[in-house]
Amino acid sequence: MAATGSSTRASKPSPGSESGPGTGDIPRKRCPEPESEPQELLGAGPADGQDDDTDSEESDYSGLEDSGSDSDSEETGSDPDSGEEDGSKEASEETGDEDAEVQTEKNLNLQKNDEYQQDSSDEEDIRNTVGNIPMEWYADFPHVGYDLDGKKILKPLRSKDELDAFLDKMEDPDFWRTVQDPQTGRDVVLSEQQVALVKRLQKGQFGDINFNEHEPSVDFFSYDVMIHPVTNRPSDKRSFIPSLIEKEKVSKLVHAIKMGLIKPRRSQDDSKGRYYDLWASEEQGRVRDLRMHVPAPRVPLPGHEESYNPPPEYLMTPEERAVWEQQDPEDRKLAFVPRKFSSLRQVPAFERFIHERFERCLDLYLCPRQRKMRVNVNPEDLIPKLPRPRDLQPFPTTQSMVYLGHEGLVRSISPSPCGQWLLSGGDDGSARFWEVSSGRCVKKVEVCGAIKSAVWNPNQGLSLVALAVGSEVLLVTPPSTAADKQVVTATERLLSEEVESAMGEGPVIWSNAEGEELLHGIRIKIQHPKPVSQVTWHSKGDYVAAVMPDHSSHLQVLIHQVSKRRSQSPFSKNKGLVQSVAFHPIRPYFLLATQRSVRIYNLLKQELSKKLQGNAKWISSIAVHPGGDNVICGSYDCRLSWFDLDLSTKPYKTLRHHRRAVRSVAFHRSYPLFASASDDGSVIVCHGTVFSDLLQNPLIVPVKVLKGHVVTHDLGVLDVTFHPSQPWVFSSGADGTIRLFT
Amino acid sequence: MGGLQKKKFERGSATNYITRNKARKKLQLSLPDFRRLCILKGIYPHEPKHKKKVNKGSTAPRTFYLLKDIRFLLHEPIVGKFREYKVFVRKLKKAYAKIEWSDVERLKENKPTYKLDHIIRERFPTFIDALRDIDDALCMCFLFSTFARTGKCHVQTIQLCRRLTVEWMNYVIASRCLKKVFLSIKGIYYQAEVMGQLITWLVPYQFSHDHPTDVDYRVMATFTELYTTLLGFVNFRLYQSLNLVYPPKKLSALSASLARVVSSVEEEEAQLDQFPTEGEDMENMEAREKELKQEEKAKKLFEGLKFFLNREVPRESLAFVIRSFGGEVSWDKSVCIGSTYEVTDETITHQIVDRPSVDNQYINRFYIQPQWVYDCVNAKILLPVEDYFIGVTLPPHLSPFVEEKEGDYVPPEKLKIVAMQQGHKSVTEDEENEDEDSNEEAEEEEEDNDEEEEEEDEEEEENLKKLEEQRSKGKVKVTPGKMKVENPARLEQEEKAEEKRLAIMMMKKKEKYLYDKIMFGKKRKVREANKLAAKRKAHDDAEKAKKKARK
Repeated sequence: MAATGSSTRASKPSPGSESGPGTGDIPRKRCPEPESEPQELLGAGPADGQDDDTDSEESDYSGLEDSGSDSDSEETGSDPDSGEEDGSKEASEETGDEDAEVQTEKNLNLQKNDEYQQDSSDEEDIRNTVGNIPMEWYADFPHVGYDLDGKKILKPLRSKDELDAFLDKMEDPDFWRTVQDPQTGRDVVLSEQQVALVKRLQKGQFGDINFNEHEPSVDFFSYDVMIHPVTNRPSDKRSFIPSLIEKEKVSKLVHAIKMGLIKPRRSQDDSKGRYYDLWASEEQGRVRDLRMHVPAPRVPLPGHEESYNPPPEYLMTPEERAVWEQQDPEDRKLAFVPRKFSSLRQVPAFERFIHERFERCLDLYLCPRQRKMRVNVNPEDLIPKLPRPRDLQPFPTTQSMVYLGHEGLVRSISPSPCGQWLLSGGDDGSARFWEVSSGRCVKKVEVCGAIKSAVWNPNQGLSLVALAVGSEVLLVTPPSTAADKQVVTATERLLSEEVESAMGEGPVIWSNAEGEELLHGIRIKIQHPKPVSQVTWHSKGDYVAAVMPDHSSHLQVLIHQVSKRRSQSPFSKNKGLVQSVAFHPIRPYFLLATQRSVRIYNLLKQELSKKLQGNAKWISSIAVHPGGDNVICGSYDCRLSWFDLDLSTKPYKTLRHHRRAVRSVAFHRSYPLFASASDDGSVIVCHGTVFSDLLQNPLIVPVKVLKGHVVTHDLGVLDVTFHPSQPWVFSSGADGTIRLFT
Repeated sequence: MGGLQKKKFERGSATNYITRNKARKKLQLSLPDFRRLCILKGIYPHEPKHKKKVNKGSTAPRTFYLLKDIRFLLHEPIVGKFREYKVFVRKLKKAYAKIEWSDVERLKENKPTYKLDHIIRERFPTFIDALRDIDDALCMCFLFSTFARTGKCHVQTIQLCRRLTVEWMNYVIASRCLKKVFLSIKGIYYQAEVMGQLITWLVPYQFSHDHPTDVDYRVMATFTELYTTLLGFVNFRLYQSLNLVYPPKKLSALSASLARVVSSVEEEEAQLDQFPTEGEDMENMEAREKELKQEEKAKKLFEGLKFFLNREVPRESLAFVIRSFGGEVSWDKSVCIGSTYEVTDETITHQIVDRPSVDNQYINRFYIQPQWVYDCVNAKILLPVEDYFIGVTLPPHLSPFVEEKEGDYVPPEKLKIVAMQQGHKSVTEDEENEDEDSNEEAEEEEEDNDEEEEEEDEEEEENLKKLEEQRSKGKVKVTPGKMKVENPARLEQEEKAEEKRLAIMMMKKKEKYLYDKIMFGKKRKVREANKLAAKRKAHDDAEKAKKKARK
């Protein structure tokens, strides 16, 4: 009677295997779990489930309803044939179920007597011997299996077509409960009982009518201690003796604990988050050597610009903002853009907050620290304490006279030894004689060419000046009013002496001026081979030195003796480009300034006595202190170097007062003053005391900056010279003026 | 004679320093462990004076630690803990890999932990040292306490930070030691004076953080570990010093006052009477007394005032500030626990509002914007509320940390406040009764304005003078002739200026350089101040023009 040949409880996953040949291809895909359950059911359970407990049956039945409804809904209308088959199948199963029911009832009765009596695990459905195989394997055969005798069980003849089926359906009153037995292929009509069972199952009720699902449960084991054991079985020996395995394990653990391999569970240490008065006790543990400790600098406090509502002047203008954005983040003065919000609720979160905190952390532990000595100096303290200029008077302070007349640069000026007259020579080709006190031009001597240098003879007994014009040196007599009669006659005598011997020898040609020139006062012309840049008198007034700067020649300096009309070239070697020369005021020394150094020659011994090395790049002028032991030299790189000849060949002091090239320097003959003239249009007068005590260094104090000359063509003051007796200073400039400061 | 040849880099500064890698090897620590150790122990690299000497002739960029510091680290017990932890992690990994859950559990139970108490004691030998360095700790803890529990750090850490910061704030409230508050665009700066130490900390605004990816949270977490420990001990000590119970309970709302171990009302009274009786001048004493009195007064700035906070204002900050100065404060029940009275309370004097308009206004209270509270604290007086009403354009909020020196730019608002402070002193007695007519106030304000304008004028004049002086410094001309009738003072001044100029000429090169640098810095300051003044003037002019155009 059982619908399937299987007796095992194994579930069959493929749905087609169960539903017979007709329904194999119908998709049944709903939730797979409930499906597998009914299959299990249909296949196995009830038909031959004599070995099963009622419990399991129960659970199986409970799921049937779903599958039934499932299959119904799916299969209706798909094709009537399959629907019919399905129905028939169900019916067949129901018959099986009914059997099962009967058997279970029996079971209940029999169970206590002999539980194995009804064991029918091998009591299979014996109508077909093919076993538990998918029946579709026989789909193509005329038979469906073999009976006990080994004869084929033929499939029943199925010549019914759709029409026959329909007629059957219409006519056969039992059609609705006819199902096909897949084992034999025959139609089976379900009994009333079986139909009722199917219906019950469809409703979700228990298959067994008599089963009371609400039966009060009786605990097999209860909390009451019974006097009798559950089973009669005597207890094992192992329950009386200690376990060897356990012992081994314990000893292993003990060993591990002893050896420290396993640590016993630590007692909960809750002291970590507990605070106490850490600084209560005075004693300390180890103390770090804090001698080199550099405490971390504090974060600077915020200024007004960080406010959420700063004053308007702290906000960035668009230009400032653009600049800020262009800058490297490290160069920015502010790390953020100041912003203004009209109320507090509009202030957003600062997006770089965590960054900034993190950077602070990095600074704290990663940034190398160094103690920087902050210069905390009052700038006033840095200024040297010098004697007040007022205490060092007299010195020229104000401009008192301007001598106008020259057109073009005034290159050179020179006061007369008596101090009453001033000689100037300029680029306009004229040498002028000025009266110092009135500023009046007394005489003007026109020469052909720019006058590079004009010097008054320092000898008071002579009235003579030397001019350097082109490659000539002219000896000119000043106007007769400028000197005493005796002096004039002495000069006349000197100039009119007939000294033929020296004339016409060497590179220099001496000649007496004639005609027009004589009327102007030009007396003697000394023709040089090269342009003359500077002339200078010896203090006795007999010798005059002329400089012809030239890189390649040793013939750069010539010394002329006026009384003998004789010239000599003191140097046989080229010492470099000669810038300037000077006679020592007292001793027979001759100073020669080349581009980088000043050489001092002893004229008597005819040897180099000293070489002064200044820091200057290009010396422009030199001057010797009337005392004779100090030399100043100005240079085109704005410096003025003071050399103490007794001290060193290096400058005692270098003054960088001027902003442009120093053109000329001068010492006062009697006062402790010296002055420097520069292209920046200023004359700086300094006080320079030289002490007779050799141990005391000269005192140099700048006392006055004199301004007045206008800078023209980048040239300022070209020459500076002191009045021979008064603390006055003359300066001549590129603006064509000569100025007197008193 | 002779002797052994001296080898290079075996003595002197080369032996005093050690590179980071070498230090790491000496301590046998991985880089993260070394980093953690350095953070906890406060060891930092040093910049040697002669880097090339220390670097053994090489000019490669290296960071150097003091050898002594590293030697000091060698004996640190916490290094052992680090190693233990490393072993623990290795074991745990192994147990996980072998799927031995019992081992994992056992290991986890025995996770090595360490305490930082001894390190705190060692780094801050005295309590004052700890207070001096607590700025960073506070900033960090306040930041961490605002973190969401998103896994950037342990939840316990966040909770601990929150707890500690709340404790700190409560201490500040209890001791009334808050001095200055500043609303910046970064957050809110607070400054308190605790035991003579000025402590400044920054609290971010209450927003969720956009966690950046280029920040190493491990470093921050290590710092926080140290800082929480430090802050905990400091809090304990501070609470103890005030006879307060530690740990306090139920404080997060900042509305309840702290429980005292001993009720100490009398003690406070006694403190007020104590004045230092040293052998000092009477004037000094008086000045000090005055100062003390003023301070005491500032501490009671909001005493007697009753505030109510609307829900849109930063509740915690305002409650903290108001309570620090003795005010009563409450908020809506639904905003936070701890509200003590309702909006409907008739005794409320100020309601703090940050919205354009408010319905249902009560007549007997001021509706003011939150900035008023902060500005009052910084000015140490109750500022007129008119400038802070709802919908009014607020006056600029100035940083209280800026102390203008001579020659610095002072914003006019600051001058106004200073004037108000000084005026306040003289009028204090009159203003005792609170029934003031609004007319009077208005008049006063007008006066203030006048004063301000006058001051501005004076300032301008000064500025002009300065400018002239600057110009004249550049070119001094000696002009000929012309006897001028000059005042001798000016002549003398000029003479002095010239003297100085001449002396400057005689300065040595090095000193001149330094001098020029200093003077450059000074000039730059002046320039900046002038720039700000010019900007302000342009702004004010534009405003005036606008006003005129409207009329």
